[in-house]
Amino acid sequence: MRTIAELSAALRSREVSSVELAQDALSRAHASQSALNAFVTLDDEGALAQAHGADARLARGDATPLTGIPIAHKDVLMTQGLRTTCASRMLEHFVAPYDARVVARLREMSTVLIGKTNMDEFAMGSSSETSYFGPVRNPWSTQCVPGGSSGGSAVAVAASVVPATTGTDTGGSIRQPAALSGVCGIKPTYGVCSRYGLVAFASSLDTPGAFARSAHDCALMLTAMAGHDARDSTSLDRPIEDYSRILTTQADAKPLAGLRIGLPREYFAEGVEREVVGAVETAIDAMRALGATTIDVSLPMVRHAVPAYYVIAPAEASSNLSRFDGVRYGHRAEHYRDLIDMYCRTRAEGFGAEVKRRILVGTYVLSHGYYDAYYLQAQKVRRLIAQDFVRAFETCDVIAGPTAPTCAFEIGAKTDDPVQMYLNDIFTIAANLTGMPAMSIPCGFTKKGLPIGLHLQGNYLDEARVLNVAHRYQQVTDWHLRAPSPQPSPGMRGEEAERKRGG
Amino acid sequence: MSFSLDDVVRLARLARIELDEAAARDVAAKLGAIFGLIDALQAIDTAGVAPMAHAQDVGLPFREDVVTARDCRDLYQTQAPAVADGFYLVPKVLE
Repeated sequence: MRTIAELSAALRSREVSSVELAQDALSRAHASQSALNAFVTLDDEGALAQAHGADARLARGDATPLTGIPIAHKDVLMTQGLRTTCASRMLEHFVAPYDARVVARLREMSTVLIGKTNMDEFAMGSSSETSYFGPVRNPWSTQCVPGGSSGGSAVAVAASVVPATTGTDTGGSIRQPAALSGVCGIKPTYGVCSRYGLVAFASSLDTPGAFARSAHDCALMLTAMAGHDARDSTSLDRPIEDYSRILTTQADAKPLAGLRIGLPREYFAEGVEREVVGAVETAIDAMRALGATTIDVSLPMVRHAVPAYYVIAPAEASSNLSRFDGVRYGHRAEHYRDLIDMYCRTRAEGFGAEVKRRILVGTYVLSHGYYDAYYLQAQKVRRLIAQDFVRAFETCDVIAGPTAPTCAFEIGAKTDDPVQMYLNDIFTIAANLTGMPAMSIPCGFTKKGLPIGLHLQGNYLDEARVLNVAHRYQQVTDWHLRAPSPQPSPGMRGEEAERKRGG
Repeated sequence: MSFSLDDVVRLARLARIELDEAAARDVAAKLGAIFGLIDALQAIDTAGVAPMAHAQDVGLPFREDVVTARDCRDLYQTQAPAVADGFYLVPKVLE
């Protein structure tokens, strides 16, 4: 798969048309669907119509860097006229009446939307197994999860279906699947990308972002998606930024000279797989060779990030998901006695087990007598964690470490143990609690051939620097260009396909 | 912390989610494990710390008090489970 930058050049030189790119992407999406289940909905007709429009724009000569590029959106972002399910039975037949702001921004660039990607139900999960439409599979080993919740978006890029996708990140839902699937994923500063039209999970944490093959492509996507939006009261009102601007400047042999990388000792502690630590340390060595210096930093409160998150996120979720009541949209139970019974049965049928659990946790921590002890206490701990990071960024420019403590695990391995599943996000959650930008980039493979991700976190609104560090690293390494073998064709079924996958 | 079946049934009622007994037992066990994780927060000294409600400590933005939304009732009602004469239908709540 070529990068956005390469495809954009090919489109401008008429080497390929947008219609051809869309047809190729759709055929790869259909061919890989039975093996990977990366999509909930594919929109062949809509995509080809948009591609014709993009070709016309290219011919007129007013194309943007993203014009004609096939993309896919996570199915939690509203797409006008196209089914938006949040991978839930609750919204199985819901057709969005308007576009999310980030979807509209990418439409204005004349990108070509080929479909909606599969995910954990309502973005609650770290493995993309809780989808009503079945689990997403990792293209590096179809026995394994791709991470989550934006697993389909990560896999669509990893399997070279499209060069870029959108995702959303509430506790690591872009960065952790990026790491486990071997692609780049960026979560910008909270407030940089509008949440308008993003079906809310935890409003104080939800952040739209992007997946792509390279840091440069992530910068192109983010530049298109970012910007103030009056319809999101937490959207930051600041000038438009070109996140790719410093990536294209000529580099000398030490492009990272002057950069101070903070290494939190808490991120290299027990519980992190040896191979993961090894790959991350090798990546940091490569950055030292590019001129960066490293400094030890301490984030003592970060060990409380997972418990604080699992109070705050379910609390906000229980409130946000109260809107699914079977009255205005979505599923309604067929049989009920009265209004309350209709609510209870509708929600029992419409939500999966993990979503119900989180609503119940949220209901509990917000209930009378427990609010101060849980919700308010978690919000105070959230501030202490943020203060740790603000202090650390006084002595360093980026903080590096592993994105996830392990590589991809087998499907089903953690589904019965929610706490083990939650601990997957131990290194990613702090960026959501603080609101700081962070990304994951590929930095190696385990002996079994599963990808490992390097996590780079920046200070508020410093995503251009984070992208630049990733980009300079990618100029001297090729982990981000590795791709898994293509999946078996849809003609093969059952055991034959399993054998072919090496299962 | 442990959750009894009664605790879970009461919670599910508050959250408007019907749970059968088998599901309630499973939820009780899993909530126990989840609160085992969460309860570690109680030991942290947060005296004098202001709660952090949002990642950006910015005030609520204001705008001119003008109509900005168009009437989308008909469009939105195409997604509703039951409507009549422009109204959403629900089971009878008043006798």
